[in-house]
Amino acid sequence: MEHIIRKTALYDACEKAGGKMVDFHGWLLPMQFEGIIAEHKAVREDAGMFDVSHMGQIFFEGPDAHKLLQTIATNNFKNTPGAGAYSHVLTEKGGVIDDIIAFCMTPQKFLVVVNSATKDKDYAWFAKVAKEGKFDAKVIDASDNYTMLALQGPKALDILTKLDADIKNLPRFNLKEAKILGGDVIITRTGYTGEEGCEIMGGADVINKLFDWALQNGFKPCGLGSRDILRFEAGYLLSGSDMDETRTPYEASFGWVVKMNKDIDFIGKPALLKQKEEGVKEKWQSFKLDGGIAREGALIYKDGKQIGKLTSGVFSPLFKAICAGYAPADLPEDSEVEIEIRGKMVPAKSVKTPFYKIL
Amino acid sequence: MYNQENCKFAKTHEWAFIEGDTAVVGISDHAQHEISDIVFVELPKTGAKVEAGKRAAVIESVKSASDIYAPVSGEVIAVNDALTGDPALVNKAPHGEGWIFKVKMSNPAEAEALASYADYKATL
Repeated sequence: MEHIIRKTALYDACEKAGGKMVDFHGWLLPMQFEGIIAEHKAVREDAGMFDVSHMGQIFFEGPDAHKLLQTIATNNFKNTPGAGAYSHVLTEKGGVIDDIIAFCMTPQKFLVVVNSATKDKDYAWFAKVAKEGKFDAKVIDASDNYTMLALQGPKALDILTKLDADIKNLPRFNLKEAKILGGDVIITRTGYTGEEGCEIMGGADVINKLFDWALQNGFKPCGLGSRDILRFEAGYLLSGSDMDETRTPYEASFGWVVKMNKDIDFIGKPALLKQKEEGVKEKWQSFKLDGGIAREGALIYKDGKQIGKLTSGVFSPLFKAICAGYAPADLPEDSEVEIEIRGKMVPAKSVKTPFYKIL
Repeated sequence: MYNQENCKFAKTHEWAFIEGDTAVVGISDHAQHEISDIVFVELPKTGAKVEAGKRAAVIESVKSASDIYAPVSGEVIAVNDALTGDPALVNKAPHGEGWIFKVKMSNPAEAEALASYADYKATL
């Protein structure tokens, strides 16, 4: 298949701000600007922003829009305008197709924000479920109409009150429509960093204006490098790496997104009920090590025997070398294990997550 | 300390500062800048034999690992233990406190084949 590389509408702005652009799942995005550690610090202590225009926006519209969302998602969504939540989307077998954040805009219109690498697959799945289940709802991929900026950090909302005086009153995981800098936008109180902040979506023009405004008002431009560390510290999964269709939410240690008692049965529920009864063999768990940085794909050993494999591994300025992967579910916390780095066994310890939690 | 003008350079961006039959080895300012935010250095062991053009150490930045090749062959006679506690010394002073290891050369002619600073700079 031909590898198509696309630019976001913020590409020029990012490059002008000093972004080192890289190909990320077919999108040219900044890996870093000034430096990953400086950008990580900006988000943890001040304010940083990320071009997340590669994310997908899919709308469910029609009388059955809410029912469709409840069917494809494990979490329980309200049909109250503004309300939103994080969820997993599963196959019939309970495997994770993607993780999403979805919001009610009106009782007959829902916005589903999906990951870029899985967007086309998600869209096809939603459309198939809607068609086969005869839902009276349209599934619309509107990703090309939206440019998206994540504004994150303890000072992010304070700064943004200059654009929207009410922004702090927006509850977490809620959405609102607003007019800023002369353009219509959707603001959601969400993020992928573990810090306060929001994400703002709109047309290319207004979000470019917002990028320039934010640059002048104290937001440091940040890249994928710091974003991966921030999300990992906060215990957020990376779809496609930390979980995929071969793993269930229980195995991914995200059982809380599964709501067995909601009004509508979601796809994958019978498989999850069965797994809940039988118990999981492997679980996504985290480790801390000393003497190297373990990356995705490194093997985990205990008493000389391979017991698992890492799906994520970063160097955190706060917690040093930390990583996570799938290993036996009965491995106790504080277990001594070894992780193989370049042929060498490096001692590591299983630890409780998330590493960083303030929200 | 090991001024770049007085060092010899490998194509793979390591420098060697030659004193008699000893070479002090580090990475160039250009290389440290490209790697950026160095957070871990895997040093060779004192006494280990290294071979010109082969991996002798590994530098990890926040985003990736980079192999460091020995610019000359010989025996490692010293390593910069300060990098264990402060790997960012390689960023701060690539030609000073950020040196990586010292080699007693087994074939000093190899050093002659390395590029001068002026020639190395011209390739960047």
